[in-house]
Amino acid sequence: MTDRIFRWLRPWWFPVIVLGGFEWYARTVGKSSDAIAPPSAAVRAFITAVGDGSLLGATAFTLGAAALGLLLAAILGIASGIALGLSRRAARTAFFSIEVFRPVPSVALIPLAMLVFGFGLQMEFSIVAFAAFWPLLILTQAAVRQVEPRLFEVSHVLGLSPAQRAFKIILPAIIPRLFVALRLGVAVALVVAVTVEVAANPNGMGYAMMIAQQSMDPALMLAWLFWIGVAGYAINAAALRIERWVGRRMGVTA
Amino acid sequence: MAGNTILSFDRVTIHLGGREILSPTSFDVGRGEFVCIVGPSGCGKTTLLRAATGLLQASGGEVRRDGHVVRQPSREVAFVFQDYGRALLPWRTVEGNISLALEAAGIPAGERPARIAGVLAKVGLAKHAYKFPAQLSGGMQQRVQIARCLAQKPKLLMMDEPFGALDALTRQTLQDELARLVRDEGLTVLFVTHDLEEAIYLGDRVIALQANPGPSRPSLARMIDVPISRPRDQLSTKEHPEFLKLRRELFSFIEQSHD
Repeated sequence: MTDRIFRWLRPWWFPVIVLGGFEWYARTVGKSSDAIAPPSAAVRAFITAVGDGSLLGATAFTLGAAALGLLLAAILGIASGIALGLSRRAARTAFFSIEVFRPVPSVALIPLAMLVFGFGLQMEFSIVAFAAFWPLLILTQAAVRQVEPRLFEVSHVLGLSPAQRAFKIILPAIIPRLFVALRLGVAVALVVAVTVEVAANPNGMGYAMMIAQQSMDPALMLAWLFWIGVAGYAINAAALRIERWVGRRMGVTA
Repeated sequence: MAGNTILSFDRVTIHLGGREILSPTSFDVGRGEFVCIVGPSGCGKTTLLRAATGLLQASGGEVRRDGHVVRQPSREVAFVFQDYGRALLPWRTVEGNISLALEAAGIPAGERPARIAGVLAKVGLAKHAYKFPAQLSGGMQQRVQIARCLAQKPKLLMMDEPFGALDALTRQTLQDELARLVRDEGLTVLFVTHDLEEAIYLGDRVIALQANPGPSRPSLARMIDVPISRPRDQLSTKEHPEFLKLRRELFSFIEQSHD
């Protein structure tokens, strides 16, 4: 029994020691600093932010923008990835355009997106969509090329329509690889959404953190930083669980 | 025989990569006939089968099914691939794999379970409907593929070395099951194999192809009828004098054509 408790506690030693050390430092050596705050103060600021609703609002905005952008990127990226994966000619035609646009840093699109959409949700999720589109496109294209060629012959002999072939053969066949792409996309979407808020868009968690920093409130800033980390962890864990669940439904016995 | 021909090969020639794989080959297949095609590797037997299905276009001549030129696959023709492991959808159960044929044919969802149960019973897999292919043995996976082909209610069954990757005992069991199924369903079969005994045991007629065809060396080297009554039996049929005579005839031919 005590053995189990110790095993359960093991991953927590390190963060507890770091937080304890930071608490001690902020209360003694850094007592008069305007730049750091002890974790206990951050916890209090966090509770206040939960209480006045600003936490929920900003979180919903950031995650909403990231999710919308990812959804748009997934639809466009997977559809065009399948098209480019199936047709060598289309892939050759698109290759140059892709290689020109793909390396553009997504953050460099902020001024353009601001001009077109102004501040707000649209501008943020369009940049997220741009950033997440490329990995999804490339990975889907590679996944389609690795679909067992025999399955195409089977669908040909059975007389499947092109739509049936896409939804009953290709999509299920690429799902394991697609999940890798989607988890990468989730990470990209969150990073880009917060970056856009820190840099320009006066909404969401990134902006709230910037405001806390600019109004000399390190406790609140640290609270936001911690919360963004928690949100990222939770989303990744959720994506992993969905992946495993789908895997079991599709006969992956591992 | 003219009105009873389901498939006719009319001077079918096939070139792949600039090389002649199959020199002009002509023969007819009658309705309900079991025709086996044998020959060494590289003689174009699989290629001929693919051309007959419409998976491949002949470079010259034409294949006609029921009088119409074959240009692409049809649901009246089912194809059993040798590599069952790759021809089944690993993410679908046995039932789901068979359902694919019915979905392709636009059979309403309500009618599918009964038809799936029907074909599964025919191949002896009734108890395994909810298993995934990876949970089945090779012989059972090949049965699933055959069941999927039966589900599309074909007139013609094309089989490309279907039992080549199976162990000897499983192969014999499946040969007998196939012979029974074909008789019960009244199917016409084109069966490619490199196993002479299998070809004689299963076929009403055996067509032997030879590799490296040329002007004086046609692809179609021999065509022999197998006048052994059915149902056949693994032991007594293979000891039948006629069986032994045919085997000797084909065997010496394969020996000669190897030089």
